[in-house]
Amino acid sequence: MLTRSIGEISMTVLTSNTIEIRSGDDVVRVRQEVRSRAVESGFSLVDQTKIVTAASEIARNTLDYGEGGTLLIERLEEVGRRGVRLTFEDQGPGISDIERALTDGYTSGGGLGLGLGGAKRLANEFHIQSQPGKGTRVTIIRWK
Amino acid sequence: MDRIPILKLGDALLVTIQVDMHDRLAMALEEDLTAKIAATHARGVLIDISALEIVDSFIGRMLDNIAAVSRVLDAETVVVGMRPAVAITLVELGLSLAGVKTALNVERGMTLIEDRIHADAVDRGDLDDRPDE
Repeated sequence: MLTRSIGEISMTVLTSNTIEIRSGDDVVRVRQEVRSRAVESGFSLVDQTKIVTAASEIARNTLDYGEGGTLLIERLEEVGRRGVRLTFEDQGPGISDIERALTDGYTSGGGLGLGLGGAKRLANEFHIQSQPGKGTRVTIIRWK
Repeated sequence: MDRIPILKLGDALLVTIQVDMHDRLAMALEEDLTAKIAATHARGVLIDISALEIVDSFIGRMLDNIAAVSRVLDAETVVVGMRPAVAITLVELGLSLAGVKTALNVERGMTLIEDRIHADAVDRGDLDDRPDE
């Protein structure tokens, strides 16, 4: 898995916008916005579907476990490629054991436990930072 | 709140999902379908997802649940019309929808359900032309 830290390489942020995630309607809006940005970046239908699905999984986590939060959507460009970066942030209870949260089948709610691990598989780059009591930030990038 | 319409088609129920699935809408559909199977004694449920642009783990779980509950109520669920990009993404996400039968389109799905109803009728002897012992 690629875990190069963001910012080391020259990367241009073409556009950015922020969406509040406070309700189920917002999760639907996240999917629509991410789809639009992926289309603008020239993503294939499969790549669009992958990043929108990953966004849906993480947005639901932000809503259900993070008590709501925000999503920053950025269209990126670096030498020879374009991509979309999604940064989900919440000030919820945080995740005490990230490795476990990334394991398929692990869930603290009633879900299938595929959310984070599945989103990680659907992205090219995946970063998660969490501090118990402070919140969680998940960043994913999918390149065209 | 919006509801997804459920149509009766012979011994089957047909659900065509045409909107972006809201979590609450998905849960309402699960309940409505269960009630409708019981009320109509339907033997099959066809869920057409050809308009769905994504299926995430929540919607996948809903499909799995509907199939499991239907089975308990003696109805077979067939999910039809999944887009290729959705299928690719679902598998990568880790969802195999193991408990759900799938078919390429409504027609083929309907055939699956009719075959099952026919096979059951033969098992019961309704369509058996051999003389009773």
